[in-house]
Amino acid sequence: MGGKVEIKKMATAGTVESNDILIMISKGEGNIEIELESVVEQQYGEEIKKVIHDTLVEEGVSSAKVIAKDKGALDFTIKARVRTCIKRGSGDTNEL
Amino acid sequence: MIQMNYRTLLFIPGNNPGMLQNSDILGADGLIIDLEDAVALTEKDAARTLVREYLTTFDTTTDVFIRINPLDSPYFYEDLEAIKDLDIKGIVLPKAGIEPMEKLDEYLNENNLEFDIIALVETALGLELALDIVQRSKRVIGIFLGAEDLTLDLGAKRTKESKEIQYARSRIIAASKALGIQAIDTPFTDTDDIEGLKIDTQNAKNLGMTGKTVISPRHVDEVNTLFSPSKADIEYALRVVEGVKVANEKGLGAFSIEGKMIDKPIILRALNTLKLSGQYKEEYDELLK
Repeated sequence: MGGKVEIKKMATAGTVESNDILIMISKGEGNIEIELESVVEQQYGEEIKKVIHDTLVEEGVSSAKVIAKDKGALDFTIKARVRTCIKRGSGDTNEL
Repeated sequence: MIQMNYRTLLFIPGNNPGMLQNSDILGADGLIIDLEDAVALTEKDAARTLVREYLTTFDTTTDVFIRINPLDSPYFYEDLEAIKDLDIKGIVLPKAGIEPMEKLDEYLNENNLEFDIIALVETALGLELALDIVQRSKRVIGIFLGAEDLTLDLGAKRTKESKEIQYARSRIIAASKALGIQAIDTPFTDTDDIEGLKIDTQNAKNLGMTGKTVISPRHVDEVNTLFSPSKADIEYALRVVEGVKVANEKGLGAFSIEGKMIDKPIILRALNTLKLSGQYKEEYDELLK
């Protein structure tokens, strides 16, 4: 994607089904803030936050608040849900 | 390499991470990752992104097809744009018709894509025009009968006995065989009824279907078994292949086995039998050259 991407509205992507993660994104206050709730938080919490953070940066987002509810999602799922959430929150898609 | 016949093509919902991440180890000959009916209208964007992320992260050993949304939906070209650079075998075209097939073929040609196409015939018009439709693209490797939508279109009651789709099955089989492509049966939708699945699959095979789509991993083994060649089939195929080798060495154009003339379709069927039985050898690639 590249460039600077602004989160203009609150958006969600994903589910709380097993192997998935629910991502909620909203406008930030100049930085990236990630709040995580995960079934594997103790073991993988920091890694999951890093995947979320890196995906946001990769997509050009520098200011956002993210709340994530993880149900054991693998990295590909975390990345996909974050990307969808960014598109929805930045108004890059007509879908919810 | 000869084109493989798919005994089973397993549907995987495109927006389901759990199914996607396990899809490659479920034993199906091919996968159909679904962006159409298995994905809610509000989740089409999420499914596309998830499927892209899955297929760019993992190397699948199973052939992957993607069922895109139909031409008369707003998602047809969005789906194609999202998947055009993925390492997949091909596309399942829903509501196959003359215009959708031409538009898909045109898109794939313009983008220099080498995807195969499986035509999903699921309307009365599509059924009656099947032979014409699939001749609109050289990429079509099979016709897949979608009985649920078709019976809805026909106003027929869908039953487990499937008498209501016997004509459709036979018509799809005739069109497929006329063009030397695969005839792929509709899925059996009761995931718990394994006996019913066996009867339905055997009926389809007896009519001439070459494989079947399945919607549950629990159906894969049964359908694979029923569409697998018998010991006698394998032994005959090996005799055909040996016969071809000898004929090639002697420079013979034609030969016979057990009094029956062996021609190209029989050799192709023998090669396919060996492929399905896991006894295919790379050297066989040379036999028809």
